[in-house]
Amino acid sequence: MGYLLEGVQQGIGLLFSGNIETWSAIAVSLQASLLSITAALIIGAPAGFVLGYYEFPGRRQIRAVFDTLLALPTVVVGLVVYGFVSSRGPLGHMELLFTVSGIVVAQTILILPIVISLTASAIESLDMRLGNTLITLGASRRQIVLTSLYEAKIAVLTAAVTAYGRAISEVGVSMMIGGNIKWHTRTITTAIALESGKGNFAMGIALGLVLLTIAFTVNASLIILKKMSK
Amino acid sequence: MKSLRVCITAAIVITAVSFTVISCKREQGQVLNMATTTSTDNTGLLDYLKPIILSDTGINLHWVAVGTGRALELGKNCDVDILLVHAPAAEKKYIEAGYGIDRRKVMFNDFIIIGPKTDPAGIKGKSASGALSTIALKKAFFASRGDDSGTHKKELFLWKEAGISSPDKQPWYIQTGQGMINTINIANERNGYTLTDRATYIKYASNLNDNPPLIILVESDSTLKNQYSIITVNNVKCPKTNTALAKKFTDWIVSPKAQKLLGDYKLLGKQLYIPNAE
Repeated sequence: MGYLLEGVQQGIGLLFSGNIETWSAIAVSLQASLLSITAALIIGAPAGFVLGYYEFPGRRQIRAVFDTLLALPTVVVGLVVYGFVSSRGPLGHMELLFTVSGIVVAQTILILPIVISLTASAIESLDMRLGNTLITLGASRRQIVLTSLYEAKIAVLTAAVTAYGRAISEVGVSMMIGGNIKWHTRTITTAIALESGKGNFAMGIALGLVLLTIAFTVNASLIILKKMSK
Repeated sequence: MKSLRVCITAAIVITAVSFTVISCKREQGQVLNMATTTSTDNTGLLDYLKPIILSDTGINLHWVAVGTGRALELGKNCDVDILLVHAPAAEKKYIEAGYGIDRRKVMFNDFIIIGPKTDPAGIKGKSASGALSTIALKKAFFASRGDDSGTHKKELFLWKEAGISSPDKQPWYIQTGQGMINTINIANERNGYTLTDRATYIKYASNLNDNPPLIILVESDSTLKNQYSIITVNNVKCPKTNTALAKKFTDWIVSPKAQKLLGDYKLLGKQLYIPNAE
């Protein structure tokens, strides 16, 4: 029990003493996860809208594929992306391996199914009459997309928060694509893996607390946003 | 739409701040990418050398710490410039296949077999192969890295020396697939034995205030030598390799100054590596 308490104390100490190593890992984690959630929302929200709004042949099959991809293991994404971005891979010339950009690409692939699948469900649950009303009012296609997403905003936000939680807490992708390089691609989660590998459990717990704090902040902002939109 | 705007603004602000924090520590020197074994990273050796390397050679060393097997694989795939590894037999094959050049010895220490203070199988003081055959005979618990690392390769070699075909599926033989300290912890939880390099063991002991539950039972056997070497990735196979910078680093690490630094690196007042560049 002693080392757990010690970990909590050390964690708080590290954060407030401005330990540059810890803050660098936090910054990399935030940077990678925010960029990947942004990319996933830009691609995934319209795609989810199309899947949830329009009826077309193969729609159910595509939805089933994305629902299955919700269970995509991070190491598999890491392995496949490594195959592409390794120097000998087809995208090797882009030099994404062992960079934050590489982590962002892989995390985006990892969380895209969450955004698409949950957005599609949100759009499906909207009142069918909304679309028809918009059309009779002469709305353009872009206006229909934006208004529908706006009406489903709480559900879309929940999708975003869920996807964000997956991005910031994953370790497989960051380890394989980022390489856990100090000052550059070391994230909170790879630092935890490293510290436990070194046998420094206290430090690992301390970093775990940081991660939980970030998750809590994100969820708290969601609750505030929900209240504001009522 | 107001809430959405607040959300987006917040995201942009946080991203901007995190970018600023990162760019504060501006890149210094030329970057050399190295793949290395977990032990040189876990013992803190590379953290200790990094600032000295930068001021002596202008090289900004970036390293990924993986098992030796994976490090050689990263070299084959041209993902790094240089390797610091410890599996001589595999390294020679790697060089013969044309993937590496300029292999030079850097330092060595030794492997040790550790186990519970009570030593249930009674291996204390035996030779390495004698100890392993006793463990197999008594079916005492043994934790193996099982990850194709340098330590794992050495362990497989020792089983062969002991005349035991791979104990792969034996119930007393557990392949952890994890790093050295995690494997030591698993051996400890199960009151069993494991093979480790001495440097990692000293680090493990220092985490536990020099009073670890697992102690050294077999050591100083000539088969237990653990040689670390540096290899430059061959730019014939990998044109992207920065050979000149790799050579600069290799020349530095075998120089008398760097060799003295390696020998001076201590944990708990114990020397971890013995330099032996030629």
